[in-house]
Amino acid sequence: MQNQEEINRLKNLVQDLLDESKKQGASSAEAGLSIDNGLSVNVRLGEVETIEHHCDQSLGITVYIGQKKGSASTNDFSAGSIKETVKAACSIAGFSSADKYAGLPEKDSLATEFSDLDSCHPWNIDAEAAIKIAIECEDAARSYHAEISNSEGASVNSHQGIRVLGNSLGFLQGYESTRHSISCSVLGERNGDMQRDYWYSVSRNADKLEIAKAIGIKAAKRTINRLGARSLTPRQCPVLYSAEVASGSIGSLISAISGGSLYRKSSFLLDALGTQIFPDFIHIHEQPHLKMALGSANYDSEGVATAARDIVQDGILQGYVLSSYSARKLGMKTTANAGGVHNLIVETGDNDFFAMLKQLDTGLLVTELMGQGVNQVTGDYSRGASGFWVEKGEILYPVEEITIAGNLKDMYKNIISIGNDIDYRGNIRTGSILIEQMSIAGE
Amino acid sequence: MLNQVKQSILAPYGMQEKDIDTIMDNMLSTRIDEADIYFQSSHFESWVLEDGIVKEGTHSIEKGAGVRVVSGEKTGFAYSDRIELKVLLEAANNVKAIARQGYNAQRKIATTADRAEYYPAINPLKSLADQEKIDLLRKVDIETRKLDHRIEEVIVSSVGVDEQILVANQDGSLVADIRPLTRMNVTVILADKGKREQGSMGGGARTDYGYFLDQNKAIEYGKEAVRQALVNLEAIAAPAGNMTVVLGPGWPGILLHEAIGHGLEGDFNRKGTSAFSGKVGERVASELCTIVDDATLANRRGSLNIDDEGIPAEKTVLIEKGVLKGYMQDKMNARLMGVKSTGNGRRESYAHIPMPRMTNTYMLPGKDDPEEIVKSVKKGLYAKNFGGGQVDITSGKFVFSASEAYLIEDGKITRPVKGATLIGNGPEVLTKVSMVGNDLELDPGVGTCGKEGQSVPVGVGQPTIKIEGLTVGGTSV
Repeated sequence: MQNQEEINRLKNLVQDLLDESKKQGASSAEAGLSIDNGLSVNVRLGEVETIEHHCDQSLGITVYIGQKKGSASTNDFSAGSIKETVKAACSIAGFSSADKYAGLPEKDSLATEFSDLDSCHPWNIDAEAAIKIAIECEDAARSYHAEISNSEGASVNSHQGIRVLGNSLGFLQGYESTRHSISCSVLGERNGDMQRDYWYSVSRNADKLEIAKAIGIKAAKRTINRLGARSLTPRQCPVLYSAEVASGSIGSLISAISGGSLYRKSSFLLDALGTQIFPDFIHIHEQPHLKMALGSANYDSEGVATAARDIVQDGILQGYVLSSYSARKLGMKTTANAGGVHNLIVETGDNDFFAMLKQLDTGLLVTELMGQGVNQVTGDYSRGASGFWVEKGEILYPVEEITIAGNLKDMYKNIISIGNDIDYRGNIRTGSILIEQMSIAGE
Repeated sequence: MLNQVKQSILAPYGMQEKDIDTIMDNMLSTRIDEADIYFQSSHFESWVLEDGIVKEGTHSIEKGAGVRVVSGEKTGFAYSDRIELKVLLEAANNVKAIARQGYNAQRKIATTADRAEYYPAINPLKSLADQEKIDLLRKVDIETRKLDHRIEEVIVSSVGVDEQILVANQDGSLVADIRPLTRMNVTVILADKGKREQGSMGGGARTDYGYFLDQNKAIEYGKEAVRQALVNLEAIAAPAGNMTVVLGPGWPGILLHEAIGHGLEGDFNRKGTSAFSGKVGERVASELCTIVDDATLANRRGSLNIDDEGIPAEKTVLIEKGVLKGYMQDKMNARLMGVKSTGNGRRESYAHIPMPRMTNTYMLPGKDDPEEIVKSVKKGLYAKNFGGGQVDITSGKFVFSASEAYLIEDGKITRPVKGATLIGNGPEVLTKVSMVGNDLELDPGVGTCGKEGQSVPVGVGQPTIKIEGLTVGGTSV
């Protein structure tokens, strides 16, 4: 269902950028372009609140003059603007210093095979139909329980875009993709205590979204469950990260093993390649070619071919997350991760969420984290949290205004198990994660 | 200024003031409360030095216009990167469908009053030649590396923005602003005996790059980054639990931004979703606390001449001697709450809808000597520098993360402790302020605030304050 005509028009623009770079004296160049069109509606208390029509476009060029690099971008696609943008990039390259590691990726690393990733499913929806869905979603949340007292609304978003990438090594590719979502956020009140929570569903294909009603009900349930939350006294205890917050701790792993952090020596996992960083039952893979997945890509943001690979096997770190630049700095080969990872899959155990609670026995279930609180250089970790206090596998009461702290290196080594309650909504797919012990502060 | 901005935003596309009237007339043909067209042109540049060399720079130009119609509580919005009559008329047609209620807004003859200017109408990108910008980064790198042999990495960056905006309102007014913004940052990584730490310092203002040359400011950022990294190399585990916390002056004012600032934004209060909803006139802080949001400070990062709805910038008292005085408002929320806009309507760009946002938020100085404040604490935490923060405006719970902190033992600042997150309850925390220093400082000019996916530059500030009881999220139970 790709709009080939439009992709070709944009490919020509990218080729114009590359040609212009050559004309202006660049020895090599890389150019990218994206356009995005979308509709967002938000309803609140049964009435439309906002209707937004999105149309974004931008193009960017990176030029190399010898080993000197310069970049420029604009949202103006006119011929005059293309000339000016290339000129700005070349001017910057003229002032930067030669960097022997700079440059395009090696030609033989560029993608040559392009499988259908099933990433484009246009949703033929107008504002009126989107409003109807949003109202249905919010209604389900508001009527779920008498203690649902207010609403931040429900929204429906639909986006469709094209990305084109080219470089002076002859790479020139484009693809179209879509992304749709429904979300809902409501408030609850009990004895003056006000709480808010939300739920959302996102997919490349609108047919695969959770139904609006179910999203509203989940948002309402989550809000009601938080009412009456209290703090905890300081203690050490096991902590279960629910699936939707567990992906964040895996995200910290990715930034620690990313080339930029490694060559800057600003990572708590320096020289960890080939060493045991998790217990031996932990396996983490990158699967860039999953159909319809949000993180799927045939090539990274430099055009390098992506491939399925192991990042952690039997708890041992198998590979870093590198672009061609950071790879050269480290004396290694790019892992096709310029721009990030593509579908990280954490292998799960057999426990569902309730079995995980049983395994936690007595401790903290975390369902929301607040603040940045992670020192990427040392791994020291201290974040605001809310969730539930659990005893003998049963949820006793909601907790809030507490912090959980530890060091990521220890937290990774002290993972006891990973649940099969996978959250599929993000680029990192993991179930809930149980950690043997962390420090809790509160009251 | 208006003519200059019209010349640079409209003229290149052959648009004239009468075209704006045509678009506005189109929108006014339905029943609406507010309508505006927001034109923006933004030139951005950044330079990064790493490994002792200027590795890269980027330059970007963005131009566009956003068209908005507000009717009751409903907003219709569309935007385009093409500043052309035909495109914007189509956008206007799209958005006015939202209007099914509201008053018939009347066109008035716009009056142009003289406005104060809190920062110079300059293009900071042109304030130094490119070679001079690079030389400055190099100099900072060289001087910083001289400070300590344990330095492993120095990263120096600079950012400059030349932004011009033009706002046309349904009342016929057309106002412009030119908003320069610059920023520099130094990060160092130090290693000693197998331990590694990072320190970071930066600053900025609504002015040109000359700001960083004045009093060797840029070199001082490097010194401060090294000092912080060295302190953190020695840090022991932070305590865990509820204790007395003394916050140093300046950037720790992020407490105010998170704990009360967001909760006092008009949209949340109009909707009744903030922990502060309905509390105007009530005591929400100790009487030592007076807190303002002030867009009129000269050259500050959060300052504005006019907000993004064309309302002149203001200094708004949020809390006076502990009592909540009012909220920060944009036009729509002010109208719906029956008050006046406080000039806090801000948007990230032409492609975003305005909403109530902070500018420079700070606490006025008290009368206590900062040394006496520390002396009064038997056992507690002294927090000097912070990273970011976050708030849940409904429950009022907020966090902010200390990046440099010390134990206070028997009235003295003693050992440095590792960074830790502090957590508290917004409507409660300021009632526990028991001492306020006479040493008001504003932050160095690096703050960026995120709300509903939109980022805007902001400032914070405060004197040294003492809070009786805040939860510190360390590991040492």
